[in-house]
Amino acid sequence: MLHLATYVGLADHSEATLADSFRAVAEGHAAVADVYHTCRTLAGLSDTHRELLAPVAERYGEDESDGVDEPERLHASGLAEVRSGEIGLLRDLQDLHVLADLVRTTWLVIAQGAQGLRDHELLDVARRAAAGTQRQTSWLDTRIRAAAPQALIVAPPR
Amino acid sequence: MADRTTDVWGERSPHGRGTPWSTRVDLHLHDGVGEADVDRWVPSACVLCSNGCGCDIAVKDGRMVGVRGRADDVVNRGRLGPKGLYASTPWASDRQRLTRPLVREGGRLVATDWDTALGRVVAESQRLLAENGPLTHGFYTSGQLFLEEYYTLGVIGKAGLGTPHMDGNTRLCTATAAAALKESFGADGQPGSYDDVEHCDALFSWGHNTAETQTVLWSRILDRTHGAAPPVLVCVDPRRTAVAAEAERTGGVHLAPQVGTNLALVNGITRELLEHGWIDEDWVAAHTLGLDDLREVVAPYTPEAVARTCGVAAADVERAAEIFGRSERVLSTVLQGFYQSHQATASAVGVNNLHLLRGMVGRPGGGILQMNGQPTAQNNRECGADGDLPGFRNWDNPAHVQQLADLWDVDPLTIPHWAPPTNAMQIFSYAEQGSIELLWISATNPAVSMPESARIRRILASDRCFVVVQDLFLTETAELADVVLPAAGWGEKTGAFTNADRTVHLSQQAVDPPGEARSDLDIFLTYARMMGFTDRSGRPLPSWSTPEEAFDAWRDASARRPVDYTRLTHERLRGADGLRWPVNAAAPDGTVRLYGDGVFPTATDVCETYGHDLLTGGAVTEQEHRALAPAGRAFLKGAAFTPPHEEPSAEYPLLFTTGRTVHHFHTRTKTARSRRLQDAAPDAWVELSATDAEGLGIAEGDLVRVESPRGAIEVRARIGSVREGAVFAPFHYGTWDLDGVAPGEGHRQANELTMTVWDPVSKQPCFKTAACRVVPLGRS
Ligand code: SF4
Repeated sequence: MLHLATYVGLADHSEATLADSFRAVAEGHAAVADVYHTCRTLAGLSDTHRELLAPVAERYGEDESDGVDEPERLHASGLAEVRSGEIGLLRDLQDLHVLADLVRTTWLVIAQGAQGLRDHELLDVARRAAAGTQRQTSWLDTRIRAAAPQALIVAPPR
Repeated sequence: MADRTTDVWGERSPHGRGTPWSTRVDLHLHDGVGEADVDRWVPSACVLCSNGCGCDIAVKDGRMVGVRGRADDVVNRGRLGPKGLYASTPWASDRQRLTRPLVREGGRLVATDWDTALGRVVAESQRLLAENGPLTHGFYTSGQLFLEEYYTLGVIGKAGLGTPHMDGNTRLCTATAAAALKESFGADGQPGSYDDVEHCDALFSWGHNTAETQTVLWSRILDRTHGAAPPVLVCVDPRRTAVAAEAERTGGVHLAPQVGTNLALVNGITRELLEHGWIDEDWVAAHTLGLDDLREVVAPYTPEAVARTCGVAAADVERAAEIFGRSERVLSTVLQGFYQSHQATASAVGVNNLHLLRGMVGRPGGGILQMNGQPTAQNNRECGADGDLPGFRNWDNPAHVQQLADLWDVDPLTIPHWAPPTNAMQIFSYAEQGSIELLWISATNPAVSMPESARIRRILASDRCFVVVQDLFLTETAELADVVLPAAGWGEKTGAFTNADRTVHLSQQAVDPPGEARSDLDIFLTYARMMGFTDRSGRPLPSWSTPEEAFDAWRDASARRPVDYTRLTHERLRGADGLRWPVNAAAPDGTVRLYGDGVFPTATDVCETYGHDLLTGGAVTEQEHRALAPAGRAFLKGAAFTPPHEEPSAEYPLLFTTGRTVHHFHTRTKTARSRRLQDAAPDAWVELSATDAEGLGIAEGDLVRVESPRGAIEVRARIGSVREGAVFAPFHYGTWDLDGVAPGEGHRQANELTMTVWDPVSKQPCFKTAACRVVPLGRS
């Protein structure tokens, strides 16, 4: 249970970091209209996941002073600042992808725990959040794919 | 004949459900020309809206002098609307026609010959190819060319150069129609037919002001609503249009949702259908996928919740849903009110969902018409000079790309398919950033028609990008070009095109183009020859040189795809009164409706796309698609409503929306050269609700300044036709006909205010989600 509580905490924290990072990329690349708007929408998805989790997290007593610090080492740092230009955008999207992937596997771990505990509520939260994270990574894949050729081959140097 | 600028739809010929629409032949000849004076009548179809009405061009002394509707044509039964009648021919002999190529010398455009002009284009093109490869080239074309020209341009761009940066202004008009059809049914292709007007008992116009955008279709609808057993109309539009008034008169509803909230409304109607069990359970089970997900997505959209979000009455939502749910044959038409607005694809897909839930696809009267804004826009989608591959092929399916590589005899890696084809907005962004260095624009006027037009003009005027413009006149865009190529227009060249309900016509050359103007096909082919494009066997690419040969090549490309033209030839189309594709061995006389058998082109190996997340545009992968095993079943797809991109604030308290007026088309390049149309609608205006106008102290006819964070216009106010909180302006008015006024300085161009933002799936720009404020400038 202690470990599950730690993972619940990790989910909450990493979703918050992901949301902040999506917003940072949105603001940093505000001139790229679709990136600006979609990143803000996707940040909102992470906010929703945290709202879904909140009542359950309370039940598990999300607690960081439990001394189980190992998963904390997985705690990815967010994107504090963005890079510029087309290659910069590509790299920022990749960073978001790494972060989203941490979130995705975190929900995977939680879903496994919830199944073991037969906690339907937590399982439902984990599944819905995982579906949301899937949308985030699928958009990142799509956008990276579209941005790569032009950025690699013909983007003017900054 | 009455003046059709005021009597827009002509006289009524009411008839009952299921009976044929009557014939009425409309005719207009230039002043001083009588019917007896006409030397010959040349079969064609009108290109001034997506109806594509069949017509004959009157020719006298080698000039086009008028038009006459074709009595037996399946689209119009002889009728023509004001634009078709008055604007089809006067532009052709206008004194301002471009007759010689122009090149920029010392900052000014000067006349030259074709060798010099195209020589410059070719030199620049070759230099860029050698230095940085094909990703330096972008093509922005039209919804106004012929099938043969789009296909040829597509082959040149995709197999000759190998650039993914090709799109058309179809992106501004019809991209969402295509995207919605692909998401729901697996491939593009209009399921319904205009014939459904004769059979329906309910007709829903979703963001579609048919009365002004497709006048002949509207007279067809009026002939039903004034006859026995008329259909009930439902209109979704923030303006009180003629369609809205007719909806109320027929006992239907006018829903005027706040700008940008269409999806919440459609979700609400979907939820009502599910709540009341107004769905065809067996058909849905057999022919669709995704019901449970859709049910979950729309669950929160109770009539009360919709009322709060959209600013409409809950009872009206219930009433509209009941009409949809209980009518026997519902026809839906969808246009820019949905396509150019927030969450465009999700909203248009929502309409498809409603039809699928009721099993109402491909039946007489039970039709879906995801419209086009332009004629021949459909051909751009079919032939792949926009962000599609020819023949509705899937860029993400290697087998489809290989088919094209075989057809063109090129290395499949030449054909850009490693990412989605670049959309128009992105093409301009690349030009802005400097990575597209040659931009070739044909038959369109982005300096006026694209969002945030000041930005577009900056890009076009910049030294970083070599701009080629090919058009009939020196448009606002052409003025900013490095090379201007004079093109032949409608009636001055031969080619086929498809209207919004899959009807194919052949438009035949009636007269010679003026001066040295050449057809777009000739221009593209000359460029390809000068560039020396060849296939792997060393033959010239493209291998054809006439419109008929281009058509034949396209026919081969269409074989075994949903858009199958295999039994169509120029010969067969000459003088024919409209055939609807597919026209093949199974349907030698064409196909009135698609999907009557409930089988959709969704199989993984067949489909044009694996689909997208409607909220973000994230692509579904091939593996995910295969796992769903759609195998001919249509997709029910939903998305949650999110607020529009720019919400009203204290500074900009109103929502700005743009649209058309019945008298003009596009940026008035042709229509303003018709004296009648120009006199009927000489200048721009803005529409305000009575409440907003009163609050601001504005009276009808006052001069006002409308400002958004991006720009401003100064025009006269009209009061009363839009809902509170919304401001409407027509988008047609640029500066070319204002003396001594530079592009962008006319203060009447609606797109100075609109935003650079687009739908995540269709990539269609949102022309209808900008915040604005209105400042009175004084009495007239
Ligand atoms: S309805 Fe459209 S296609 Fe028909 S005549 Fe009018 S403008 Fe032309």
